Amino acid sequence: MTRLVLRRLAWSVPMLLVITLLSFVLVSLIPGDTARAILGPSAAPEQIDAVRAQLGLDQPLLQQYLSWLGRAIRGDLGSSLLTGVDVSQLVNARLAPTLSLITLATLSAGVIGVTLGVQSAVRGGRLGRLVDLASMSGLAVPGFALALLLVAVFAVRWPLFPATGYVDFASSPGQWLHALVLPVAAACPGAATAVAKQARDATLDVLDREFVRVMQANGVPRRTIIYRHVLRNAAGPVVSLLGVVSASLLGAAVLIENVFALPGLGSAAAVAASQHDLPVLQGAVVYFTLIVIVIGLLVDLVQAWLDPKVRLR
Amino acid sequence: MTRAPRQLARTSLTVLATLWLGVLAVAVLAPGLLTGRDPLEQDLTASLQTATGEHLLGTDRLGRDLLSRLVHGTGTVLWGVAVAVVVAVVLGTVLGLIAGYFGGLLDAAVMRLSDLLFAVPGIILLLVVASTFPNDVTIAMTAFGVIMASGLIRVVRGATRSLRAEQFIAAAKVAGLSDAQILWRHALPRLLGLVIVQASLIAAVTVVTQAGLAFLGFGPPPPAPTWGGLMDEGRAVMAQSAWPLLPPGAAVALTVLAFLLIGDAVRDRTTGAWSTSKLARPNRRRSRIASGEADVSASPAVLKVRGLSAAIPDRVTFAPRTVVTDASFEIDPGEIVGLVGESGSGKTVTALSVLGLTPGGGTVTGGSCMFEGLDLVRATARQWRDVRGRGIGYVAQDSALSLDPSLRVGAQLAAAVRRHTGVNRRVARSRAAELLAAVELTDPAVARRYPHQLSGGMAQRAAIAYALAGSPRLLIADEPTTALDMTVQASILALLRRLSRDRSMAVLLVTHDLGVVAQLCDRVVVMYAGQVVERCTTDELFTGPRHPYSAALLAADPSRARFGQPLPVIAGTAPVPGAWPRGCRMADRCSLVTDQCRAAEVPLLEYAHGSVARCIRVAERQDAVPVS
Repeated sequence: MTRLVLRRLAWSVPMLLVITLLSFVLVSLIPGDTARAILGPSAAPEQIDAVRAQLGLDQPLLQQYLSWLGRAIRGDLGSSLLTGVDVSQLVNARLAPTLSLITLATLSAGVIGVTLGVQSAVRGGRLGRLVDLASMSGLAVPGFALALLLVAVFAVRWPLFPATGYVDFASSPGQWLHALVLPVAAACPGAATAVAKQARDATLDVLDREFVRVMQANGVPRRTIIYRHVLRNAAGPVVSLLGVVSASLLGAAVLIENVFALPGLGSAAAVAASQHDLPVLQGAVVYFTLIVIVIGLLVDLVQAWLDPKVRLR
Repeated sequence: MTRAPRQLARTSLTVLATLWLGVLAVAVLAPGLLTGRDPLEQDLTASLQTATGEHLLGTDRLGRDLLSRLVHGTGTVLWGVAVAVVVAVVLGTVLGLIAGYFGGLLDAAVMRLSDLLFAVPGIILLLVVASTFPNDVTIAMTAFGVIMASGLIRVVRGATRSLRAEQFIAAAKVAGLSDAQILWRHALPRLLGLVIVQASLIAAVTVVTQAGLAFLGFGPPPPAPTWGGLMDEGRAVMAQSAWPLLPPGAAVALTVLAFLLIGDAVRDRTTGAWSTSKLARPNRRRSRIASGEADVSASPAVLKVRGLSAAIPDRVTFAPRTVVTDASFEIDPGEIVGLVGESGSGKTVTALSVLGLTPGGGTVTGGSCMFEGLDLVRATARQWRDVRGRGIGYVAQDSALSLDPSLRVGAQLAAAVRRHTGVNRRVARSRAAELLAAVELTDPAVARRYPHQLSGGMAQRAAIAYALAGSPRLLIADEPTTALDMTVQASILALLRRLSRDRSMAVLLVTHDLGVVAQLCDRVVVMYAGQVVERCTTDELFTGPRHPYSAALLAADPSRARFGQPLPVIAGTAPVPGAWPRGCRMADRCSLVTDQCRAAEVPLLEYAHGSVARCIRVAERQDAVPVS
């Protein structure tokens, strides 16, 4: 158990290194020059060289990466090339909306998806087909398209919810939730239907196992079998998928934050990417990777709690 | 519940999906066929129209024709999908095959790579790529394909590993094929369906992702039309009109659906899936079964099966197919009866049908099962509650899979005791320990273990203890020792004999092993091709079997083989359900066959008191068989 956690943590270090290096190299490939982007097209070559030297851009790539890494380990992610704002501060400030969005969306997707999936597996027939169909259409409508539709209907046509903006949980939990209803509603269906399908398949799979027949034959009531035994055994793949889903919600968050003008990590990354603001983008990459690693760790812990075979290894 | 309309609906959906992709192909290859308008032609006098005769899908803010812009944006979408799918499929299949086939270090390396790809925050990396190579769909989608390969690697690896365990790969190796040849000729074709399903999923995700990128402004530069770009333009005018959002949104949704439907169709073809619910509520149709012959005799039998027939739906057509016909036998209290036959003879179906749990979604179609005066075939859910566990216990073949793997053995036993007797937790715990002691698991640590921590023999003892929790009068044991090695097998058989004697509990033992029958059973029921062909005492079976099949089975029993002599085998194969001949079902494999055997169904003929055989030549054989 402890070994499991330690192994995953140990593995996350090289993962962070490779991913940051990868994005570093990619960004350095950007045609055009950051210094020129800062100074504008009319800048003199000497000015540009001076800025390049100041930013360390005249050094070899690996050296640039290592010095970035050295500072990053100490918690210094540099500052934005365009606004000069400290990246750690900027990214930290933007963490809450993104985490709020993906946490709420994952939770609702989990509850809705598991309920639908298990019911359809146990009842079969029409509900099963409905879940199959819903899981397809849920995946078919991209989150940001749904977001636009929701804004058009519930913010513009009937102004029930704010079209844009975010309120801190600390300042007003009610308004925080109110502002997140539409973004979560936009992010949720795709995730919920993916969970429903997985929950259905996992449940059907467990229902087919020998121990279910043995329990049935030895008089364990149907309800007990389903809710005490089948659910627990079907939970493993569903939890794994919830991990995947919440990681993929990070991607959806980029677009959904953009639509709802939520000041989150995703929209920060999108803006930084369009402005070639390397330090900010790099900071966002680090945070996103960290979030994915933490999600993976949580999934492992829940898995171990559910499955003695994992726990006792 | 008829299956045909549903299948038809699915087929027509698949056809529609294919048609839609065909339309998209036309939009790319010959856009002129779909629209005559220029996607860039502005007409400010006709801005923000909804559908009109002039502009079938309306216009945008600059009065440009939305249909034309949609049609001309299709090329980018399909190109992006093609790039991402090809990259993901090639990378995923090759790496997955290598990892799954060769294993070892290569496998570890590939799996680490797959982990890494999975952890990459996909869209962020995509943003980095997109801002590095602005407006380059090919590069962005190549990167996306690499990221998406992660899932495919896992799927292909898993499938290859299970393929590798199959016989034919080993056979190919022995035949001298190289690894590359085996992978190319044998593994890849088997994996094709799987890969196509995954590819269609990747295609669907790519459509959404690509639209998202263009929506954020990372697609081809304006004024070139893209689906995501159209949505972004629609958003800009949303306050005035929501219409321009609809055509591109619908196009994305339809395309994604089309890919998913086609993937689903391929999956159904390759796996034959539409799984049916296994825990479905008791079938109401059962009550319509005609009552079997009236049975008022006051025989002491604990279980009396009369004319039991069962049918299981065919895997492909779903039409019910009879697999057991007219099975009759009875078991007295404390008696151990063997239900014998080769696999496919219907012995397991019969045993489970007694419990109302006909496997494979099947049902009992006729006959009766009298258990202590109650006809189980017509039992209600409430009556079953008193029978299963309390009247009849059940032990399955694979002991390792017989208990819930996520709960401790002791806790499961205690729960069973509580359910059957209603005692409190503390009493239930000590009863559970007693049960474990009764199956000779005296180490108190066993109760705290999980099923996977028990050896095969211990697990089977625990499973027997579980079946005993409700003190049943009848135990149905389905091949309880088949999965165990010889010495353990003997001790489990001894345990069953002792339990049966001590508790005067009847046992119905399903087995294909005549050695087990010899050691344990008082009487034997032999099944062949869904019928009972002989019913006799164990002594009668071993000294003078009357039915040719029983005799052949006995001759083919390896435990009775003579050293230095070839083991006699039964020539030919048993007919499968649905292909049963009209007369004797063994006619094609029997050396004593006459024309009369094939003429009509053979009844069970009594040849000694209480012993019957389904053979018209019993009378002759009675003299023919030497009594040793």
